[in-house]
Amino acid sequence: MEKRAIFQGRLLPFALVAPQLVVTLVFFYWPASQAVWQSFLQEDAFGLSSEFVGFANYRDLFAKADYYRTIGTTAFFSALVTALSLSIALFLAVQADRQLKGATAYRTLLIWPYAVAPAVAGVLWFFMFQPSLGLVSQGLRGLGFTWNPLLDSTDAMALVVMAATWKQVSYNFLFFLAGLQAIPKSVIEAAAIDGARPVRRFWTIVFPLLSPTTFYLFVVNVVYVFFDTFGIIDATTAGGPAKATETLVYKVYSDGRVGGDLGGSAAQSVILMVIVIALTAVQFRFIERKVQY
Amino acid sequence: MVEHRPFGTALAHLTLLIGIAILAFPVYLAFVASTWDAATIANGKMPLTPGPLFLENYWRTLFVGTSGTTRQPVGGMLFNSFVMAMTIAIGKIVISLTSAFAVVYFRFPFRMTIFWLIFVTLMLPVEVRIYPTYKIVADLNMLDTYAGLTIPLIASATATLLFRQFFMTVPDELVEASKIDGAGPMKFFRDTLVPLSVTSVAAMFVIQFIYGWNQYLWPLLITTRDDMQTIVIGIKKMIVTQDALTEWQLAMATAVLAMLPPVLVVIVMQKLFVRGLVETEK
Repeated sequence: MEKRAIFQGRLLPFALVAPQLVVTLVFFYWPASQAVWQSFLQEDAFGLSSEFVGFANYRDLFAKADYYRTIGTTAFFSALVTALSLSIALFLAVQADRQLKGATAYRTLLIWPYAVAPAVAGVLWFFMFQPSLGLVSQGLRGLGFTWNPLLDSTDAMALVVMAATWKQVSYNFLFFLAGLQAIPKSVIEAAAIDGARPVRRFWTIVFPLLSPTTFYLFVVNVVYVFFDTFGIIDATTAGGPAKATETLVYKVYSDGRVGGDLGGSAAQSVILMVIVIALTAVQFRFIERKVQY
Repeated sequence: MVEHRPFGTALAHLTLLIGIAILAFPVYLAFVASTWDAATIANGKMPLTPGPLFLENYWRTLFVGTSGTTRQPVGGMLFNSFVMAMTIAIGKIVISLTSAFAVVYFRFPFRMTIFWLIFVTLMLPVEVRIYPTYKIVADLNMLDTYAGLTIPLIASATATLLFRQFFMTVPDELVEASKIDGAGPMKFFRDTLVPLSVTSVAAMFVIQFIYGWNQYLWPLLITTRDDMQTIVIGIKKMIVTQDALTEWQLAMATAVLAMLPPVLVVIVMQKLFVRGLVETEK
């Protein structure tokens, strides 16, 4: 993939890449390498001096039950949001793929939540579930359930899961719909002639053919839950109660800012970077293989 | 569908309508809340239809601000969000167009090294290197400035990759033709390549505008002065979780105002939005 027809120039190409290169080096590579370097340092209590401590920050991290709990919370949270938003979106996309009247209008009305900021989504859901005045929590109380995301950790987790799912369904819906529309109708017609009913056709033909989309969305959703849900969590539960909704990214934020533990926070950043790079690598490998279909 | 199933079709309509209703309900509730008074909301007896205070609440939100929590009019925050979203979107597009042009249409030392340096940034969102980046911005005296809010977020590879891919599909004959006409590289870029890229640029703009408008963690750290806050930060600060101080009608008016610009962009430019999303996937 190289162009045959090109321009001559010595300085011009450098001048053209310079803006992006400078911004990338100053605000990406420099801070990223600082994070790696800081993760090997330990500051004293007053932040006046720091000494090289090797892997001590990492050892501290993995020696505490704290960190494992956060990993568990993040895994649980991502599994739930990914599973829910993928299955709801797929269900809606299958309905919308039936060449219905008004299909475009349905699509419009289903994709707009993508544009809502995560923090705003959090606020909207918090308003419905606010313990004393929220409409839904009142309804639940009427049914005999007490609901308080400020005190109960299960309720808090349920709240952030709902808000995060609500925001992510539209993105998944869009990709599933595109994936479904790319499946040739002749394949499905052939199965219908063979007597396969819609449900059976879905599981034996449509769903397997959709697997590249599903896999792509799976990775994207996990990354989404890792990073973009920060706004939702900070606006609703702030990681609480008792750190029940503290994800890995949220812990980086709160340890560095509130706790002032820059070395530990940097070590967590480095671990996060490794996780994201691994996820992306997996995604590239699988997509290359699955694309064969 | 393959066979005619009137019942199945009706069921599909019904499911989609229910899905739409569930998605829209939180926003409808926010809108209703933004038209009532504080007492009606606080005692938990808010009706499900809009109240009489629409104009008064939105006027207060935009130009006066809350009396209890932030006391900052939202009009200024809207302006900050707008500046931030526009600068990020336009900045990303401009630096990506030129760098993609250089990588595709020139041969120069370290070309592929530079391309890979940019490519790697695709994978790592700002959240994972938040404190070191904050420190650099602080050292450069860019806290509480529009430059500090936007420039660090412009460093991203999405747009460069998209434009590179598009440039690869532009026929070589166009370059040869403009060389015969005696045009230099910049003239080709300005008069041929950029006009050809209009659709890709517009699709990118929609995606990046939404990205910039919805930023949360970065403005939260970078802005300390009240008059530099964006609306997404502002709304969070209006809500005091444990307290009766929260003026919900104003917070909800702010939420509606915060959603309106990006949601309108998605609905009005739906084709470009879908195209932008699908293209940035690769």
